[in-house]
Amino acid sequence: MLERNGDRSMGQKIERDHQRFRKLVRGKVKSNLSKYIARGEMIGKKGKDLVSIPLPQIDIPQFRFGSKGSGGVGQGPGQPGQPMSPGQSQPGAGQAAGDQPGGHILEVDFTMEEMAGILGEELALPRIEPRGKKNIVSTKDRYTGIRQTGPESLRHFKRTFKRALKRQISSGTYNGRDPIIVPIRADKQYRSWKEVKLPEAVAVIVYMMDVSGSMTDEQKEIVRIESFWIDTWIKAHYQGVETVYIIHDAQAKEVDEHTFYHTRESGGTKISSAYLLAQQILEKRYPPAEWNSYLFHFSDGDNWGDDIPVCVELLKNKLLPNVNLFGYAQVESPYGSGDFFDYINELSGRFDNLVCNRVPNRDAILGSIKQLLSTGH
Amino acid sequence: MHTPYDTRLPPHLRALKEEIEGYASDYGLDFYETIFEVVDAEDISEIAAYGGFPTRYPHWSFGMAYEELKKGYDYGLSKIYEMVINNDPCYAYLMRSNHVVDQKLVMAHVYGHCDFFKNNAYFAYTSRKMMDEMANHGARIRSYVERFGEDEVEAFLDRCMSIDDLIDIHSMAIRRREDSVRFDFSPDAERPDLTQATRFKSKDYMDEYINPRDTLRAEENQRRKQREEAMKIFPEVPQKDVLLFLIEYAPLKNWQRDILSIIRDEAYYFAPQGMTKIANEGWASYWHSTIMTQKAMSASEVIDYADHHSGTMAMSRARLNPYKLGIELLRDVEMRWNTGRFGREYDECDDVEKKRTWNKELGLGRQKIFEVRRIHNDITFIDTFLTPEFCVQHNLFTYAWQEQSGQFYIESREFAKIKQRLLFGLTNFGKPWIYVIDGNFRNRGELLLKHQHEGVDLKLDHAAETLQNIQALWSRPVHISTIVDGKPTTLTFDGTEHTTKSGGEPDDPRRTNPGKTR
Repeated sequence: MLERNGDRSMGQKIERDHQRFRKLVRGKVKSNLSKYIARGEMIGKKGKDLVSIPLPQIDIPQFRFGSKGSGGVGQGPGQPGQPMSPGQSQPGAGQAAGDQPGGHILEVDFTMEEMAGILGEELALPRIEPRGKKNIVSTKDRYTGIRQTGPESLRHFKRTFKRALKRQISSGTYNGRDPIIVPIRADKQYRSWKEVKLPEAVAVIVYMMDVSGSMTDEQKEIVRIESFWIDTWIKAHYQGVETVYIIHDAQAKEVDEHTFYHTRESGGTKISSAYLLAQQILEKRYPPAEWNSYLFHFSDGDNWGDDIPVCVELLKNKLLPNVNLFGYAQVESPYGSGDFFDYINELSGRFDNLVCNRVPNRDAILGSIKQLLSTGH
Repeated sequence: MHTPYDTRLPPHLRALKEEIEGYASDYGLDFYETIFEVVDAEDISEIAAYGGFPTRYPHWSFGMAYEELKKGYDYGLSKIYEMVINNDPCYAYLMRSNHVVDQKLVMAHVYGHCDFFKNNAYFAYTSRKMMDEMANHGARIRSYVERFGEDEVEAFLDRCMSIDDLIDIHSMAIRRREDSVRFDFSPDAERPDLTQATRFKSKDYMDEYINPRDTLRAEENQRRKQREEAMKIFPEVPQKDVLLFLIEYAPLKNWQRDILSIIRDEAYYFAPQGMTKIANEGWASYWHSTIMTQKAMSASEVIDYADHHSGTMAMSRARLNPYKLGIELLRDVEMRWNTGRFGREYDECDDVEKKRTWNKELGLGRQKIFEVRRIHNDITFIDTFLTPEFCVQHNLFTYAWQEQSGQFYIESREFAKIKQRLLFGLTNFGKPWIYVIDGNFRNRGELLLKHQHEGVDLKLDHAAETLQNIQALWSRPVHISTIVDGKPTTLTFDGTEHTTKSGGEPDDPRRTNPGKTR
């Protein structure tokens, strides 16, 4: 029964059922993660910090009529034989009394942290350990204490007043009829601060993509989906994450996100150009002493022959010693030889922060993400 | 997080309540005492998620409903104006942030519902202390959660809720059979032994000739066999209350049986509200509009009232709004009985012009609609009072699913079709008819259900999942015989896999026709 002055258990009660429901949904998303990832449908819906996931059929099953042979009564203009306009033809609308939810789809919102959590649990990813010595330490003042002296602007009024009141009562100078409290020097209390050192882990993610003619739209979509999840995961571990996009064919340039996914060039391929540019950008804007850097390169592995030794040199001497992780994902292309993979794969035995894999199709995305992120650097 | 607040009516609303309650009584409405609670938007979403009962048992599906309601409210898509609980006293909830006009409208509407709850025949058998009972149900289930674990109880609840519509709504008023007595262990002592053969009176020395031993033995054997046959088949007649059947015969633990009976009780409590949606909402809307426009509204409130009233009455193309259909039908009935447009004389009149201006000034309208609210549910309401003129006036049509295009098409504007579709959608809540046919199917303790096919196939994926839930309760294989694409089909779940047998009759042809038995 509702208690007279509001029910104390209300609110908490629905909170529990709601949490239970969220848990269920989370489980559902988790178990279908590869499907969701392969379809890439949540990326388009990414809001500021929320992802909406369409989640059909979490209803409790019951005996119901199918849509075949079903119908109902409607109202409005129209001749027999005309189709109902598409928006209204939900299956399940056959009930005249109309309180059936029909075949609707539930949209559930997840924060990016929750998504990262689900991804991490499902793929059993280790948490990223930011490289300690490279953390910037910033100091911040926190007002936590009280002391006897200080500037008037920091005077703690309530405490001062209380002390003065106590003193006046105990010394008998307090008059209830004329309750004037006058603090003296000894009553005054001031806020004091402590310096707090906050470790600030910052990271930069550099995406490099081959945009030579041999990369098709489907392959770009794969890159897009993979980079979304990589973003999600890495961003869950750092306070500030910056992203750099580099495209290359025979030469490399830095671009914005939109251009990154929508450019198509027809030139040849020179991978070293991208590595060189990445290295320059890192040196200039994100010095390895202060930044955790994550580099990912997507290509179909069709490189210009003479360029391969240059790439290997750059990786070995410049990039790998300075970055947390270098991921190379080779998308399968209908054209091209894809033999760059072999060269770079050879290196990965020697550097544990170099990860290489192949992504032949969308179904392989999940595995590829797992491999790229499971180093825990 | 939640600070307790006073849910009592503030003084200005209390005055309004008394005013509107007075109007309602003056019009002849008859209701239980009505208690209004004023709550915040968030809490009204919560209460609505629990079907109106803040003390209901815990289940994730209420959390889901809450998420949808809250989102709907937060994004401004939907707003719950009114919620009223069939109980003595009636409870109704008002949203704190609503404007005074809305509060008036809601109050007037609520008194319509309260009157309907108290007087409509279909509510006669509902519990009027459901607030308390629901709280008891909640406490019981919570105690099971503590004893047996949240996951286990929740999984069981999921199963029960999956079949909570398999009840026999009319069994509240019509006794289908004697209540079974669980502790009656003396079946044979009182009743005559049915297996005994007929003996004819005879003198001792003639006995052997009049009652030959061989014949007696043969007859006894035959009777015993018959009896065994009969005992093999239960229920004796197909039973629509599948929940009751499971409660009585399924091998459940006590706490599970209790939960299942809780679910069943609540299903029976809510059933009349589903059966009278159109009549009930129509009645309440009729009274809010009557009370507001004739008594309670001030001149400055007209526009807001009109806006909100029309919002409630808005029709969408594919879904008839029960508020609108109900209020219009009631007004139509009132008009017809006021002007005498009923009965043989009117029906047989061929003169269109004469019919159009027909007025015998009988003034029986109000009286008639009070009668409607007393004795009708949606089905009888529409069956009795829907007229061809009404369908034309309101531009009604029927639509049907077309398999090739995967779309609904406008089918017809014929009165007969419209009425038939409407009634079909209301019969058994627009849900399939499912019966228990045999609880000892194939003499192997399997459960046979039957879907009485009325022209629309079952949704097969849902049916399979539901079957799975029933199997978990019954613990032996479960079958349902239905028709798919015009062919008799039996769906089976044996605990590990689903099988579909089409074409053939189910193995046990003794009783597969529930409609014709008895």
